[in-house]
Amino acid sequence: MSDFGSYLSGELLTGLQTTIVLFIASAITGNLLALPVALGRISQRAWIRYPVMAFMLAFRGTPLLVQLYIFYFGVGQVLATVPTIRYSPFWPLFRSANGYAYVVLSLNTAAYCAEIWRGAILGLSTGQTEAGRSLGLSKYRITRSILLPQAFRLALPAIGGQNILLLKGTALTAAITVFETMAAANLVRAQTFRTYEPLLAAALAYFVLASVITSGFKVMETRLASRY
Amino acid sequence: MAWLNLLSFGDQGWSDELLQGAWLSIEISLCAYLTGLVLGLFGAIAKLSKSVVARSVASGYTTVIRSVPDILVIFLIYYSATDALSYLISMTGLSVQFQLNGFVAAAISLGVVQGGYSTEVLRGAIVAVARGQTEAALAVGLTRKQTFFLVIIPQMLPLALPGLGNLWLIVLKESSLVSLIGFTELVLVGKMAAGATRHYLLFYAAIGVVFLVMSGVSSLVFHYFEVKASHAWRRK
Amino acid sequence: MKKIAIVLSVIAATFGVANSSSAADDVIRFGVAAEPYAPFSVKDSSGKWQGWEIDLMDAVCKEMKAKCEVVDVAWDGIIPALLAKKFDVIWSSMSITDERKKIIDFTDKYYYSPNVLVGAKTDTRSFDVAKPETFKGITVAAQSSSLQATYMQQKFNGISDLKLYPTLDDEIADIQAGRVDLMAAAGIQIQDFLNKPEGQAYEIKVTLPHESMFGYGDGGGLRKEDTALKDKLNAALKAVRASGEYDVITKRYFKIDIYGE
Repeated sequence: MSDFGSYLSGELLTGLQTTIVLFIASAITGNLLALPVALGRISQRAWIRYPVMAFMLAFRGTPLLVQLYIFYFGVGQVLATVPTIRYSPFWPLFRSANGYAYVVLSLNTAAYCAEIWRGAILGLSTGQTEAGRSLGLSKYRITRSILLPQAFRLALPAIGGQNILLLKGTALTAAITVFETMAAANLVRAQTFRTYEPLLAAALAYFVLASVITSGFKVMETRLASRY
Repeated sequence: MAWLNLLSFGDQGWSDELLQGAWLSIEISLCAYLTGLVLGLFGAIAKLSKSVVARSVASGYTTVIRSVPDILVIFLIYYSATDALSYLISMTGLSVQFQLNGFVAAAISLGVVQGGYSTEVLRGAIVAVARGQTEAALAVGLTRKQTFFLVIIPQMLPLALPGLGNLWLIVLKESSLVSLIGFTELVLVGKMAAGATRHYLLFYAAIGVVFLVMSGVSSLVFHYFEVKASHAWRRK
Repeated sequence: MKKIAIVLSVIAATFGVANSSSAADDVIRFGVAAEPYAPFSVKDSSGKWQGWEIDLMDAVCKEMKAKCEVVDVAWDGIIPALLAKKFDVIWSSMSITDERKKIIDFTDKYYYSPNVLVGAKTDTRSFDVAKPETFKGITVAAQSSSLQATYMQQKFNGISDLKLYPTLDDEIADIQAGRVDLMAAAGIQIQDFLNKPEGQAYEIKVTLPHESMFGYGDGGGLRKEDTALKDKLNAALKAVRASGEYDVITKRYFKIDIYGE
């Protein structure tokens, strides 16, 4: 392989590792968080509902790039001026950009997925809730055993789509110095002055990753459908 | 309260630059949105057409936009837009030497990404218009083209409105990406202000607030149109 | 297909004409990186570009009797943007190096700046580029697409941790936040930060030795085919230096002569 080729693939592979790890970590956290957030959103209690609404509004109404900037440069800078954090043993954690990327991507995913869940839960016919109540089931039981499984099936395609958006979101973390695929492509671009090859190679990498994720979700969808 | 001074209007404060940036964001979002709708319409028609070639091209387009990060697509298009357009124009036989200015290049890049999302929304809306309508129109003697423009599109619009509203909110947020190709819209202005004054949290939060306001106002506007549209198309 | 192409090109032409201000040849577009790079190029709170490089640009344009326009670009990708004709001259403290000369052409240099590593005064470790062990385990910030980044990558890959930033003030933000131990920068330019109150806690730790990869000073970047423009710019630069205007501009921002030999 040519010099350029091996340099490009070397850097891209390093970046890809970070992309994959970041994606998996944020996907797990974000998707897990989405459910409580969704339930909070439809809660009857205003003191739960309003903060959750504010949270979802903040993360769905602003661009991901701005969220990353706010957390990494904004909050990060403020944290550095707090001596207890600055000189604590946890400082290496607060230093690294990867941590901030993980937090922002997870919260972002949680907010969007919560909205999807909300739509799915509310979309189920009220008949389900009434039937559950007539059977004497508690609200908790109704939600857990009747609404959620069905909502999950309804929501799954959209959740899959949101996770693809999460993958694309990891590319933006290059702007806060995370060395993932996009940053690797940019580095090679800068060092070798070739514009198209690094970008196209990165595009191919993302395409493959996205296909894997989409197939994964499709498998989940078919398996769920077959249970009924 | 140094903050207030920094956020004020006029020469000392950055608010006027932020608002100019916001206005530029809106302008570029608008151009990209319209470009995206045009591309999306072509894409939707292509996806529903009988021609295998058209279907594959459209399918390839949406798949790429769907799986490749938007910023990557924007980079690729931004650097190749001038060459691509010159090539397109040379196909017509004209040999015009021209250069795209930054705004247009950024708008086209963003618009191509939008087109990918718009294709799906418009396709869904077209399909949602009852098949019976097409059959009835053809039976009455309208040509396919007339059917499309006089029967399908008017009925598709109210159905597409929620999706169109969503697309607008998406493009508003996506416009932040053109800051990464050096286009001085809201995010980049805020970044430069933050860098020049070292008040990072203040300016980035300010940008966030402006986006929230823009999204909020847009949602209200679209909601208004949705209500009006549902009135107009109420079944008799 | 031909009809569609015509329609598209009409749309493109209207777009281009409606927004273009560069159809005329006598407007020269200068690409400046859209980030504060004090004191060479900064956008002030009234939205105007200010700084040494901007003043030099104005002086040069006066000599050439041409109309000049500043185009904001991202530093990362500024060379491809030049080649894609987004603007005509890179005028953003770009060092003239052999590597870059393979792709683009340069005017004569208009200033020279050694490259340095900046760190906190409270950091008492000594760093020596001849002794790579002194860099073990530390984090260095550099701007992506910059020569300092290339240098760090080539010399200290695997020894120190290199973080790449889109703009210089992102680097400054992070060194102030204590996220990086050292910051790579251009020596002359970083004086502006070091002289400011918030820069008092920092100092130059290492001046990087002059490597050939660092090039021969900073100059304007041009497409290789624009030889006429290059000659005009060089003539204007010579005139600005000869007339003393260069020194007048330099005195506004610096206490030293930045031309180098």
